Amino acid sequence: MATFNIKINNESRQVDVDPDTPMLWVLRDSVGLVGTKYGCGIGQCGACTIHVNGTAVRSCSTPISAVEGKSITTIEGLSADASHPLQEAWREHDVPQCGYCQAGQIMNAASLLANNSSPSDTEIDQAMQGNLCRCATYTRIKAAIKTAAKNS
Amino acid sequence: MKLITTKHNRRSFLKVSTAAGGGMMLGFSWLAGCKPATIEEMAKAVPSSWFDINAFIKIGETGLVTIFSPNPEIGQNVKTSMPMIVADELDVKWIDVVVEQAGLNTDWYKGQVAGGSNSIRNGWDSLRMAGATAKQMLINAAAKKWEVDPSTCSASEGVISNGKGETLGYGDVASDASSMEVPEKVPLKEIKDFKIIGHDTRNVDLDNIITGKPLFGLDTQVKGMKYATCIRPPAFGNKLVSMDDTEALKIKGVESVHQIRVPLKEGREVDKIAIVANSTWAAMKGQKAVKAVWEAETAVENSSDHNNKMRKLAATLSKEPVRRDGDPEQAFKDADDVLEHIYEAPFLPHNCMEPMNFFADVNKDVIDLIGPIQTPGWARERVINLLGLYEKSGDEEKDKVEYARICSKINLQMTRMGGGFGRRLYGDFVIEAAKISQVTKAPIKVVFSREDDMAAGTYRPSTKYRIRAAIKDKKITAYHLTEVGINGNMWANLASGFPAGAINDYRVDIHALNSNITTGAWRAPYTNFLGSAEQSFFDELAGKIGVDPIQMRLDLLEKAKVNYAAHEKFEAQFKDDDEGLKEATKDLLPKGNYEPEKFIGVIKLAAEKAGWGKAPAGVHQGFSTFFSHNTYVAEVANVIMENGKPKIKKMTCAVDCGIVVNPVAATNQVEGGMIDGIGHAMYGDFSFVNGKPVQTNFDNYRMIRMSETPEVEVHFVKNENKPTGLGEPSFPPAGGAIANAIFSATGERVYSQPYIKSSKVLG
Repeated sequence: MATFNIKINNESRQVDVDPDTPMLWVLRDSVGLVGTKYGCGIGQCGACTIHVNGTAVRSCSTPISAVEGKSITTIEGLSADASHPLQEAWREHDVPQCGYCQAGQIMNAASLLANNSSPSDTEIDQAMQGNLCRCATYTRIKAAIKTAAKNS
Repeated sequence: MKLITTKHNRRSFLKVSTAAGGGMMLGFSWLAGCKPATIEEMAKAVPSSWFDINAFIKIGETGLVTIFSPNPEIGQNVKTSMPMIVADELDVKWIDVVVEQAGLNTDWYKGQVAGGSNSIRNGWDSLRMAGATAKQMLINAAAKKWEVDPSTCSASEGVISNGKGETLGYGDVASDASSMEVPEKVPLKEIKDFKIIGHDTRNVDLDNIITGKPLFGLDTQVKGMKYATCIRPPAFGNKLVSMDDTEALKIKGVESVHQIRVPLKEGREVDKIAIVANSTWAAMKGQKAVKAVWEAETAVENSSDHNNKMRKLAATLSKEPVRRDGDPEQAFKDADDVLEHIYEAPFLPHNCMEPMNFFADVNKDVIDLIGPIQTPGWARERVINLLGLYEKSGDEEKDKVEYARICSKINLQMTRMGGGFGRRLYGDFVIEAAKISQVTKAPIKVVFSREDDMAAGTYRPSTKYRIRAAIKDKKITAYHLTEVGINGNMWANLASGFPAGAINDYRVDIHALNSNITTGAWRAPYTNFLGSAEQSFFDELAGKIGVDPIQMRLDLLEKAKVNYAAHEKFEAQFKDDDEGLKEATKDLLPKGNYEPEKFIGVIKLAAEKAGWGKAPAGVHQGFSTFFSHNTYVAEVANVIMENGKPKIKKMTCAVDCGIVVNPVAATNQVEGGMIDGIGHAMYGDFSFVNGKPVQTNFDNYRMIRMSETPEVEVHFVKNENKPTGLGEPSFPPAGGAIANAIFSATGERVYSQPYIKSSKVLG
């Protein structure tokens, strides 16, 4: 075990875990932020997407030792009151079915929009290619990203 | 206004006592999350007391209403649409409704199962009745207060009025209403008077989903809870010989390792190894560190052997056909030409995005079982058996009371599910959690890794269809379908699907190849591939007889329509005379399981909306239509050629599911079902070598992703028929639509799924 100081959603936290523990499980089991989801554990589905210093990363494949001192944002911290343009757009398009992958989709899309405020269809496809949705709500996710881009 | 008799007796329908202090039970964050509206939009204040009106409804003194959603939510949106039905008949504003997931309660609710696209279809009447009954009781309570005849009162949007211009809110009389007699007859609304049903209503869990609130089974956190992973037989047919947990116990956080013996769904018991730890990660690491030795107990099987055996079986007739009309054998002998193909599909894992998991604490007076399960009633029963909680005395009445007592000591809470697709019908994970909790005497959350989830599946059985049609004078004279499935076959009713009832000489044979690989229901069981196979075949058949594929189906359905009408006439005439009906219809072709008129309706709607036959240059269309799970669907796929390869550009879909309860969510279901159908037809591939799955995780098991997803357009047939389900019906025709469009674009027919593997043009 080792002690790590991390900043999650602008809050400093100290956790005592093995250095190889993926951020996913630090968030879920140690910190109690369960919005970040486990889907595959090998960075292939995107359900566990968080931001590290503003960039989307797969938290299942990111050990805590790699993010010490960096700023982490999870779905719980994306906005203070669920008012991020993507969250608003997700409401407008009533995107989710089961909803499990959606936090990861939103976090990944937020990173896309932060870097490209009006992505083309192809750019959205490319950016979102790593995020699986087993319910196949892809058309709504895409429409919601476009709406968010327009409104932000 | 239609009066209906309330079928429930007081005991089963009513939770009689008024719930004191219910408001305290419900935290503010919960209320905010489950509100259809955001908290700022709330018109009514949070009540301090709640009054139970019936099993579905409780009303606070402020008029805020809680509606319990009885069925498991797997993403089919019943947690929104079922309460919508109750709320409409209760006649409250949706903004004043809070939705709560009901726990398992077989006294109060019937059919708490998610499967077969049945929740709305089966729930429609009782949900309406629950709302209408409560409304009447509130009116009766107000009338009593006013000392007037209830028939002089009416209620709308949570307010009761009498003929004298006085009004009372539901909240004002909720306390009185909760002790009123249940009326024997209540009026139901006219369909034109629905205010909530038929209007786009946002998913009640949406805000929780998009802000990452705990909702799913995997999010369950209970004080003192331990995390467990499980090592299961690595190959089907294997049994545990020995295990060494030395290295696992050295891992920080791993607390103990246990060999457990648990029953499978068919009753047989297997040994598994449970690793119990203080975190999921430690349990996962511990799982990898255990050295287990397995050996073959029964034969270990290979997909290649299955395929050979299945192809041989497909060429033979079964002992008894499931359906045989006319003389198909003779028709094939007399044919000018016969079209015959074999269509093949592999096993498929469910791959719910949320891997299997469950929480159990069996060491208390009241057992807690919490998690994602499509069949809570069955899970409870199996836990009772597993723990040996119930012993029959032989006295039926006494046993019934005892069983009810035991059930009351089990608290089964259904969480929102990160997908179900049939996998969560099988509560193996509930059994594991209960067993590990028993062995460790601790609250346990058992967690599957993705690899565990894929390797310990209850797979869509690999299936083959051999389909033949006899052609004489450019007409289809006979149809013969032979199914070969692993471990089971289509239920008999499916053999009466189209074109049964449209072709005089018709036959369906079935064969099952037994395997020790566990198989089960997978979204749209049997129809998920039957639709693809049959609809691909029809397209080729239309080409063979030189008729437009849609026209060919319409011609057949016109014939079915005449036949169906003849049956209907006699059925009305000989309503209570089975023998007379039998005699009158003996020379008629037996009916199919569908209404031809509705079939024709969706076909024409899809053709019109997709511009069938009028596609611009470079757009190639494929058509498919299928009736399943009580809903009619027709789909047109548009394919374009991009870099020399066919790309599915757009899907147009027409659906007849009766009344559309929540259009925005219904459309979502249909879209998702179609894309899911395309994805699995194109990419889904799962096979076994020596009993062991070849595919292990999403790096070697391909699922459809955003860039492969076509545009979609969904149209509903407008009518006032009772609603049917939507979780499954758009899936089965999708594979056929794209196969047919790929043919239009490239001239290549694809017969085996995944198409990406069998096709030369796609690969």
